[in-house]
Amino acid sequence: MKFTLSWLYDHLETSATVEEICVKLNQIGLEVEGVENPGAALEPFLTARILEATQHPNADRLQVCRVDAGPGMNDVQVVCGAPNARAGLAVIFAKPGTYVPGLDITIKAGKIRGEASGGMLCSLRELGMGEDTGGIAELPEDTLPGQSYADFAGLDDVVIEIAITPNRGDALSVRGIARDLAAAGLGTLRPWMAEAVEGTFESPITWENSYPEACPWVLGRTIRGVKNGPSPEWLRRKLETIGLRSISTLVDITNYFCFDLGRPLHVFDVKKLSGSRLTLCHGAGETFKALDGQDYTVTPDDCVITDANGVQSVAGIMGGDASGADEGTTDVFVECALFDPVHIALSCRRLGLSSDSSYRFERGVDPALPVAAMEAATRMIIELCGGEASEVVSAGEQPKWQRDATLRFNRVRDLGGLDVPAEESVALLEKLGFEVQEKTDTHVRASVPSWRNDIAQKPVLAQGRDLPADQAARAAEGVELIEAESDLVEEVLRLKGLDAVPPVPLPSVSVVPAVALTPRQVRAARARRVLAARGLVETVGFSFVSHEDALRFGGAPDTLRLLNPIASDLDQMRPTPMVNLVAASQRNAARGWADIGLFEIGAGFSEDGQQQIAAGLRAGHTPRYPGQVSTAVSLWTAKADALELLTQLGVSVEGLSATPDAPSWYHPGRSGVLRQGPKMVLGYFGELHPSLLQAEGIDVPVVGFEILLDAVPEPKRRRKAAPKLSAFQPVRRDFAFVVARDVPGEKLLKAVKGADRNLVSDVSLFDLYEGEHVPEGHRSMGVEVTLQPVDKSLTDAELEAVSERIVAAVAKATGATLR
Amino acid sequence: MSDDLEILRQDVLSELAGAADMRAWDAVRVGTLGKSGRLTALLKALGKMAPDERKARGVALNRLRDDLTRAIEDRGRELEAAALEARLVAERVDVSLPPPATAQGSIHPISRAVEEMTAIFGAMGFSVAEGPDIETDWHNFSALNTPDHHPARTDHDTFYLPPVPGLDVARVLRTQTSGVQIRTMLSQKPPIRVICPGRTYRADHDATHSPMFHQCEGLVVGQGITLGHLKGCLIEFLRVFFDKPDLPVRFRSSYFPFTEPSMEVDIGWSRRTGEIGGGEDWLEVLGSGMIHARVLANCGLDPREWQGFAFGMGVERLTMLKNGIPDLRSFYESDIRWLRHYGSDPLAPAMLHEGV
Repeated sequence: MKFTLSWLYDHLETSATVEEICVKLNQIGLEVEGVENPGAALEPFLTARILEATQHPNADRLQVCRVDAGPGMNDVQVVCGAPNARAGLAVIFAKPGTYVPGLDITIKAGKIRGEASGGMLCSLRELGMGEDTGGIAELPEDTLPGQSYADFAGLDDVVIEIAITPNRGDALSVRGIARDLAAAGLGTLRPWMAEAVEGTFESPITWENSYPEACPWVLGRTIRGVKNGPSPEWLRRKLETIGLRSISTLVDITNYFCFDLGRPLHVFDVKKLSGSRLTLCHGAGETFKALDGQDYTVTPDDCVITDANGVQSVAGIMGGDASGADEGTTDVFVECALFDPVHIALSCRRLGLSSDSSYRFERGVDPALPVAAMEAATRMIIELCGGEASEVVSAGEQPKWQRDATLRFNRVRDLGGLDVPAEESVALLEKLGFEVQEKTDTHVRASVPSWRNDIAQKPVLAQGRDLPADQAARAAEGVELIEAESDLVEEVLRLKGLDAVPPVPLPSVSVVPAVALTPRQVRAARARRVLAARGLVETVGFSFVSHEDALRFGGAPDTLRLLNPIASDLDQMRPTPMVNLVAASQRNAARGWADIGLFEIGAGFSEDGQQQIAAGLRAGHTPRYPGQVSTAVSLWTAKADALELLTQLGVSVEGLSATPDAPSWYHPGRSGVLRQGPKMVLGYFGELHPSLLQAEGIDVPVVGFEILLDAVPEPKRRRKAAPKLSAFQPVRRDFAFVVARDVPGEKLLKAVKGADRNLVSDVSLFDLYEGEHVPEGHRSMGVEVTLQPVDKSLTDAELEAVSERIVAAVAKATGATLR
Repeated sequence: MSDDLEILRQDVLSELAGAADMRAWDAVRVGTLGKSGRLTALLKALGKMAPDERKARGVALNRLRDDLTRAIEDRGRELEAAALEARLVAERVDVSLPPPATAQGSIHPISRAVEEMTAIFGAMGFSVAEGPDIETDWHNFSALNTPDHHPARTDHDTFYLPPVPGLDVARVLRTQTSGVQIRTMLSQKPPIRVICPGRTYRADHDATHSPMFHQCEGLVVGQGITLGHLKGCLIEFLRVFFDKPDLPVRFRSSYFPFTEPSMEVDIGWSRRTGEIGGGEDWLEVLGSGMIHARVLANCGLDPREWQGFAFGMGVERLTMLKNGIPDLRSFYESDIRWLRHYGSDPLAPAMLHEGV
């Protein structure tokens, strides 16, 4: 909402400065978004008079003028090229040092063709405010030289733009703003009274209302014999300074009331209407052209105004092109109605249409104003366009808007945190237009002013369906009793200023606070640190990706496809953050950064719901270094990342197995599923599928992993047993087994470990071999076994025995033989 | 001393001097003192001598043996030292060379900011609550006193998902994490102190809006919680978060459907330099207010018994302000250079006792 200072002064008598007004507006909830003074740039220009104009001795098209620009400059010589420069003319003068916005230059004193020139005479275009008229601006004859042109032309008017919150329909008017400022102590609200205009004939157009839910009350009146045309200067300027286009006097008058009083009006050209009746009714699928030149198709839920020919207006939102007032209008029918905010809001959304008028109806207009507003509008129309007014016709009646609200004085302190004396609270409410109905030591009951649609309304609840009925009812009753009071507390605090409320620390629950995170949240935080500490860089990607990308990562159900995506490649909820990581790796590679490691901890979406996934990716090659060969990233690193993460989350790696059935976006022969037991899947790792990389435009090797954090079991918080630190040296023995190629190595290692749980403390793989001396379809696995004696050194015989047990256990589990 | 002993002495000493390495030295040692060494042979011959002759010869031989033993040992140490010296020279490397690179990982600034918020609010007794990104229309709007026709809804630019069988309310991508507050009030008996950080979505994309961003909302429900507590809590948070004990904080009346009274919170800053806490200007950083009676009742709480406050802040916005990050979009572009520049060290997590 924009308004000018001078417009505000129409309603507010104040000596406050612009700065004070802005501070107060911010404090009371009318947030200042901008303050501009379009006249400021014109401040240095002066009014002046040409005393004498003579032909320039050295140039045909130039004149040498003697100019009176007021005290101190009453005889300045200026060289001027304008054909209309002549003695006696009142002009606009720019003295040296003045910046001329239309030319983007700063005037300097100098000589033009040998004649001194101490300034410039300006056209309006040069001031940046009008069309070229082929000469300098001509001011009225009686203009006194030496005035600031901005002051002289009334351009020195500050424009303030404020943001109006949806509850404050009343502040969508200059008068409403003035009223709030006056209540906040920044001046006095000027009285406003509409003097009635007696109707002299019966209106040839009348109302019928068949949609009273959308429009409880409508007034109308015909004014005949008007002359429409350009608006007078003051009206045109008022509207233009706040960014509206001046159209014609009649239309400008409706816009004036829309902003001055927050009271939208509409004018129909009577001669363009057919029949004698306008009907408020449900739409019926008609298409009609609105004043913005667009076609709209109305539905039965939309309230429209029809004449005998059909729809002439989407009621309260926008009038029709066919029946609007224009230069030729002589008889006009003025509409002044109350529309239901909800109906207007829903119609606007359905039609994709809104206007200054619907914006106000949606937020609620003053239900008591229509009669007075109709009179004021009539008066202004007759004043500016002539004509004579009919009697007022109407349909429906003023709705019962009257209601009371009660404030217990201590609630300002107990809810608002500020101790305000009872008398002061009452005084503030009265300044806002509340009228005291009853007052005691403890509370006041006051009637709510008609324009405050946001206060003491009947509560509308949307209670949770699963609430126990009695609990829900008790809560609802509570709202009935205290909501209006909270409204009043807010008003008192708003006017006092929230800065007056003393801050108080929250009461301490315990000196040392309890743990803030759940185990699930700790898991994510820990995972983040573990992965970053392993050299991966955390990213945050959008939760939606392209449908095609989601398909490549195994899931793009229609139920997870956005109905209104912002872009076609951001339309599908991602199945896994891996989608984003792969895309990020491609983008970085394209920028020349192919060798990177990334991770993201975030949601993956499927039809079963949302789960938290820690996904990581390593792309490209290891760094080159003297003595070290740069190699492609290895799936073993990805597996190590995954296992390290699980270990840090309290999972015992010994209990895990890796099976070669990872999802489709991994290389089928070089990837695995990490399982705990046969069913529980904790994640995946491996090389990414070559065709996926190709499809994504990636030409470097990429490995990755995904850990399903929600599947990770919560670690048991058991106290650890004391470690057994043997006094005897461990014995290390190497074994080489020949085993069938398709036996998982994991199985063999587990068999070794299980052969003697007391003695075998560690098993590690040191060699893998296939080829000569190993049968076809088999491989040799070299395993180092650490035997840790507990209470005495091992004898040769004991060593021999445990070796035999190991060989036997491995043979039994895997069919392997000692090489 | 007899001539032959003197000759032996001179021979051995000159051989030692000529021994250039440990092997040559060892040959001299064995050739002199070894089982068949020259001095050993002379000592063996002593027994065959006449007693009077033997005494004088014995004294001379013993002295010679001591002298030569010492000379051999000295020469041995000398050669060892020389050999070590030579090895040290040979093993010299260019220490100015760089070590092999290890990849440095980092934590995203959004995660870091949420961690800091958690640390600060955690110290004030808040815990962290989370909820689904796909919410019902009821959780995201209706329960928050924002019915379908409410003008505030049009400001939200909501993303919608198709209906699913068995659910008769619309599904939206949450436009705020307030749904988590609703879930908390439905599931938890007051008193309540939670913050709800998380992803939020609005259909808006330009230099200052992203279709996905993060919010951290907060909720306090109790008995006797007033707007004074709201101010105390938020002022404390902002001053610790920005590490400015004197940070100017301003509260302005505003409106949200789910709070009453509602207020926006500004901090002091300089528009010219971007410095937080300095200058003459104000910058909006938070929305907040006392929980609306209807919201409490929608969650089954009787507003006569319970009251409290709620607040919400943009995580990216606060992160940008705190770290001077100029562009919102860069948060989600995963440009490795940006991530390394603004990312933080995993080994320096946000801890109040180390300073956030």
